[in-house]
Amino acid sequence: MMVGILFGVLTVTFALSRVLPSSPIETMLGHRPNPEQIEAARHALGLDRPIHEQFFLFLGDTIQGDFGVSLRTGQPVIEDIFDRMTATFELTTLAVLLVILIGIPLGVLSAVRRNTVLDHGARGLSIAGVALPAFLIGMLLQMVFYGGLGWLPLQGRIGAEMLLDYPFERVTGLYIVDTALAGQWAAFGSALGHLALPVLTLTIACLAIITRITRNLMVEVLGEDYIRTARAYGLPRRAIYFRYALKATLIPMLTVIGLTYGFLLGGSVVVEFVFDWPGLGGYVVGAITKNDFPAVMGVTLFLATMYLTINLIIDLAYYLVDPRLRVS
Amino acid sequence: MSAAEINGATEPFQPGLGLRLRHFASENVLFVLGATIFLVVVLCAIFAPIVAPYEPTAINFPHKLRAPGPEHLMGTDVLGRDIFSRVIYGARTSLVIGFTVLTVAVAIGVPIGMVSGYFGGRIDTLLMRVSDVFLAFPPLLLPIAITAALGAGLFNAMLALAISWFPWYARIVRGSVMSVRQELYIDAARAMGVGSLRIMLRHALPNSWTPAIVQASMDFGYTILAAASLSFIGIGAKPPTVEWGLMVALSRSKFLDYWWTAACPGLAIFLTVLAVNLVGDGVRDILDPRTRGTR
Repeated sequence: MMVGILFGVLTVTFALSRVLPSSPIETMLGHRPNPEQIEAARHALGLDRPIHEQFFLFLGDTIQGDFGVSLRTGQPVIEDIFDRMTATFELTTLAVLLVILIGIPLGVLSAVRRNTVLDHGARGLSIAGVALPAFLIGMLLQMVFYGGLGWLPLQGRIGAEMLLDYPFERVTGLYIVDTALAGQWAAFGSALGHLALPVLTLTIACLAIITRITRNLMVEVLGEDYIRTARAYGLPRRAIYFRYALKATLIPMLTVIGLTYGFLLGGSVVVEFVFDWPGLGGYVVGAITKNDFPAVMGVTLFLATMYLTINLIIDLAYYLVDPRLRVS
Repeated sequence: MSAAEINGATEPFQPGLGLRLRHFASENVLFVLGATIFLVVVLCAIFAPIVAPYEPTAINFPHKLRAPGPEHLMGTDVLGRDIFSRVIYGARTSLVIGFTVLTVAVAIGVPIGMVSGYFGGRIDTLLMRVSDVFLAFPPLLLPIAITAALGAGLFNAMLALAISWFPWYARIVRGSVMSVRQELYIDAARAMGVGSLRIMLRHALPNSWTPAIVQASMDFGYTILAAASLSFIGIGAKPPTVEWGLMVALSRSKFLDYWWTAACPGLAIFLTVLAVNLVGDGVRDILDPRTRGTR
């Protein structure tokens, strides 16, 4: 199943890379290349071969992790991706954690205290949250916390002076982990400060949906017979909500978490652009503006694969969570 | 003399239109609020040349980066253009984007979903696998990649959004056509020798497109947001097109000192999407009463 979809994703990417009107050759050779140069470049890129041959070449290369060479950095795209993916991973993972830690309890609370001030307040916030574009959230936060209060840095991943004054080894590529491992607490603080606003932006952008969906799932489950039975038995409310009701929402919730991760991966492109975050999103935006096609397609493929993998993990988690699936 | 009086029974109470509207409004405060804002946005878009005090693209360097005041309601931008006028004209762009993208997405998605759900079998499997591939990309990433392939620009961005969007409609219509297909009236039509195409268009589609309409009305706001995001990162609308996301992008170098350059177009996006979403929720409640009160 996943292999089939991955094949489809590769096909779409390949198709996209061949319809482009702005040919990569022009970008490579400058404005007025002579016909021989064009021919040589086409041959070097394999563009003079029949389309199906090109496709199989592309498939073979991609599966081996060869996404071509970035026209902008001159490095293999896959190396560029490996250089930058930890920054994106650090950002999106922290945001997913925050969204889950805030959104799910808030949703449960909204459902339990249905139609109270808290529920209406949460609803209002989520209606407003869905209507805010991520770039605007980011810029508003920059205005308040950098421009207004001066508490947090405007953009970037770590203070430039930190890298010189407090060197640390890149073990995981996640700055907050690496700086902590190296015991460079000043650098750790700087990394954390730089993370705060972009993570907050992504969190706010996704929080509304998660809170809303959790609430609706929970409201549905709370109307079930077995919850009424549990209430009639006089079980403590905490046990009813968190042991029985929340468990029943786990499966749809897992799906939702998968979707969130997808939204975050897409949204990170915009947010990284706003905060000049040296991850895949900023890389892809830079690549687009420079017509660096191999880089755009490489990142697209990479993120799509990551998204598919996350969904696969979630599918496997269904089996852990739902014993019925294990039996059948 | 009315029938009720003849029978000696009182007629059931029939509230007048005014009363019914007032009742609807009191039940759906948010819908009315959304509809009002949306109406204002639509009117601004239609009558932009009358509402806007300045030409949206008129450059006026001596007036650059003026704060909001009586002369310029929302201040001016880096080039001295009146932001209020640009916000008004921007409404046109955003509404056109929303309508176009959704129309194209529905126009691609609905036939695919209908064929898929009606015929089932191998065609269904094939079409749904193709849709799955489009859904396998993280949202916003596929439009970015497609726009990058086609070349930056508003038209291509809209096309890219529609292409990334159609599978949702295909899925929704497929689902409802599949449930409608079992109905007796479809069997009856088939028994009378009505052709497949005619059954699909005349019998299956009208009874199954409500969910697609509901989805479209809910997606309108998201489409505007996505298009603004594409413009913001520089692959959507290009000057001289007046677009809110692009306006925010152009303010990036100055917004920390001149907040109105980003905040005013940002507020326009926020209010429009908010209004559209509230209207969408209302449309869903009206067309699909099952979901009422669950959100």
